[in-house]
Amino acid sequence: MLKLLWLIPVLPLTGFLVLALCGDRLSRRQIAWVGCGSVGAAAVTTALVAADFFRTFPDREFYQQTLWNWINTSGMTVGISWYLDALSLLMVAVITGIGFLIHLYSAEYMAHDDGYARFFAYMNLFVAAMLTLVLADNLLLLYLGWEGVGLCSYLLIGFWYREPEYGTAAQKAFIVTRIGDTALAIGLFILFTQFTNLSIQQVQNLAVEAWPVGSNLAMIVALLFLIGAVGKSAQLPLQVWLPDAMAGPTPVSALIHAATMVTAGVYLIARMHHLFALAPMVQEVIAVLGLVTLLLAASSALVQQDIKRVLAYSTMSQIGYMFLALGVGAWSAAMFHFLTHSCFKALLFLAAGSVIHSLHHEQNIFKMGGLRRHLPWTFWTFLIGAAAMSGVPLITSGFYSKDWILWSVWSSPISHRWIWFGAVFGALLTGLYSFRLIFRVFFGEARTQPAHEPGLAMRVPLVILAFLALTVGFLEMPHTLGNVTLFSDYLSHALPTTELLTGIDESSEAREQLAVTVAALLGIGLAAFLFLPGSLFEARRSGQSTDHPSVTLLQGGWGFDRLYDRVFVRPWLSLTRNSHDRLDRGFDWLAACAESCHGWMSHTQTGHVRWYAATVAVGTLVLLGLFAM
Amino acid sequence: MLSTPALVLAIVLFGLGLIGLLSRRNILYMLLSLEIMLNAAALAFIAGGARWGQADGEVMFLFILTLAAAEVSVALGIVLQLSHRFRTVDADALCELRG
Amino acid sequence: MEILFYIAATVTVLATLRVITHVHPVHALLYLVVALIALAFIFYLLGAQFAAALEIIIYGGAIMVLFIFVVMLLGPLAAEQEKSWLTPGAWIGPSILALVLLGEVGYLIAVGDHPVTIVAETQQKAVSIALYGPYIIAVELASMLLLPGLIGAYHLGRRISREDR
Repeated sequence: MLKLLWLIPVLPLTGFLVLALCGDRLSRRQIAWVGCGSVGAAAVTTALVAADFFRTFPDREFYQQTLWNWINTSGMTVGISWYLDALSLLMVAVITGIGFLIHLYSAEYMAHDDGYARFFAYMNLFVAAMLTLVLADNLLLLYLGWEGVGLCSYLLIGFWYREPEYGTAAQKAFIVTRIGDTALAIGLFILFTQFTNLSIQQVQNLAVEAWPVGSNLAMIVALLFLIGAVGKSAQLPLQVWLPDAMAGPTPVSALIHAATMVTAGVYLIARMHHLFALAPMVQEVIAVLGLVTLLLAASSALVQQDIKRVLAYSTMSQIGYMFLALGVGAWSAAMFHFLTHSCFKALLFLAAGSVIHSLHHEQNIFKMGGLRRHLPWTFWTFLIGAAAMSGVPLITSGFYSKDWILWSVWSSPISHRWIWFGAVFGALLTGLYSFRLIFRVFFGEARTQPAHEPGLAMRVPLVILAFLALTVGFLEMPHTLGNVTLFSDYLSHALPTTELLTGIDESSEAREQLAVTVAALLGIGLAAFLFLPGSLFEARRSGQSTDHPSVTLLQGGWGFDRLYDRVFVRPWLSLTRNSHDRLDRGFDWLAACAESCHGWMSHTQTGHVRWYAATVAVGTLVLLGLFAM
Repeated sequence: MLSTPALVLAIVLFGLGLIGLLSRRNILYMLLSLEIMLNAAALAFIAGGARWGQADGEVMFLFILTLAAAEVSVALGIVLQLSHRFRTVDADALCELRG
Repeated sequence: MEILFYIAATVTVLATLRVITHVHPVHALLYLVVALIALAFIFYLLGAQFAAALEIIIYGGAIMVLFIFVVMLLGPLAAEQEKSWLTPGAWIGPSILALVLLGEVGYLIAVGDHPVTIVAETQQKAVSIALYGPYIIAVELASMLLLPGLIGAYHLGRRISREDR
């Protein structure tokens, strides 16, 4: 069954080809079957492969499959080859499993859209590219998937391309992530020139042998890879594209901009962990970047008015937690948070999508309210998602993953205490903004009359994801609570275990967990105090306007858009619009010259066949005469 | 022995064909002149082959024959199209492609 | 032998002159056929028997028939022109030239034994070997030339019939 590994990326690719080539001729029902079926089949194949993989798992840690040679020149051999180990199997399972649920949801969500076939074609292509990214055995193939998901992200953000703003948002996402992609490409070049090898495992082994810890080259390459990861995962300073990326259809936001693609950066760093271990300073940078991003994004999420933008900022914030974990060397904790995050964030986006769907594409949370009674399914699933995100203790998955990260930050030898305080404050903010959303949207009086509750194809994914958002956390429980280590045991075959400071006992862990729990609950309580309709503060504040300068600053994501506009975009545009360019004049002269020559030569084109024949004859005679001389 | 007069004959025929091609305005006559010129070239090859006792001359003749067959089939199709669309076979009247 | 060549050459030149000067297409074609036959005779005299045969079969036969078809299709009203074309003056010139050639052929048959035949037999084999040896790529190219010729002729001819409908 392991031999079927190659089918996993090929199935969605086939779906894409079918839909792209003859999508117009299929009925909507057939399109939905092809679109969902290909990803569903990939999920089933993944289950089969995983079953076979686990049969021999602890003895055999990875499985490699080479299909054929992609590039084979002297000194460079790149194969189309897959590499399956604990880490990539986890990614593949999430991509195909959650991807299938989101496809199922889209079948109903997009049912009345004109570009039905196009939508599923792009989605299938995305899944294929993402699977290529995580299964790639060498860095070039990984880069192919990396660019492929970037392309699909661009296509799907600008899916409703008739709106110029959406097109602009798509271009912004594409260009900003391109900065990271370029850095990643340069990193690849450096690795290749050093080792003439691109296989992920071999390159890292060679790097560990050749470079001492903290050497310059290791730092540079790690930094370049980090820039690539930062661009893809919307971390500071390349985070500006993600809020605008919400222009795409909501299932796209759920699949690409919450569950899978934006975590590609996390995967990349985890995959290249040997390399990053060689550059401790870069690891510190990762931790600090993650912390700053999670605080910035969480504070911006507090004041957004668009339900999807709140979720976009929360995604940035949660990925900030993953980066923080990667930065302090808690690789497994980062991947665990990735797993729980993709469950609850996909759930939140899909539930938000069903709210938007029933309110006829209304996204402003100030125009919602009181939906609790009208949309009970949506309300309960959204509540579970928000609870998981804010880390409600004991019953939600988000609690266990976030707790693990924070415990690692607390006890890691390469972390600082203030980072932990910042991250705990972030947990408070998370509770605050998640429940602000709940209270605004589902409580109080109804401001827009909703249509009916979504149908079965949308409800089933919501319920499954809600179940997952509650239970996935039980795969790994801390010492103080049950001490389940399934997940960390599993990943320990692909990622190094987290180093902890010596001399930390259980009581300090319990105290740390208590602090995190209190922070999360405090955030939720604060949200109830501030935003629950009928509460004291909410009643007093309702008459005030919200255009205070600090609020505007937060709404614009701390003004990064304006900063980049001033520093990069406008100077560049003014440079290109320079009308006194000497070089341009040279090209203008060349063009004028060519044009006049053309006018002159065109007189010979009389259109008379006999004239042409005569010129041919004369030309031949002249040539013959030249030869004779 | 006969090669030199045969080459002279080829030149004469070629010249006649060229004169016909340049002087006649009817496309059909221009094609006939082309055939004459092709034949002149073929004669030159045959004469050359006979002079040196080589097979290459006749090989070239075969290729010229092939060329002529392909050329005539397409050219006559074009002539039919032209006369059908423009009601004329005057080559000078058909000069829409002038620059 | 040489005198035969000069007579045939004269016939060729005269017939060719008439081709390019005549006003009636059918007459011009008749003269061209005579010119081609004369040329074939010259090929024979030069020792290229196979080429002579092909010249008559393909040029004088197939290609000229194509021309005649087209002339007939082009003519505004064939029946009316038929009358003016088939006057004795039209075919008397070509027939005189053709008679001269016939005389030459008759002479050759009467004389019988002449040197070219022996040369030709060995040469013919050499032509075939050359064609499928060093010239094989040119043969392939020729086949590639004929295929577009076929498709082009089909395409150009088909459009007319569709418009007529």
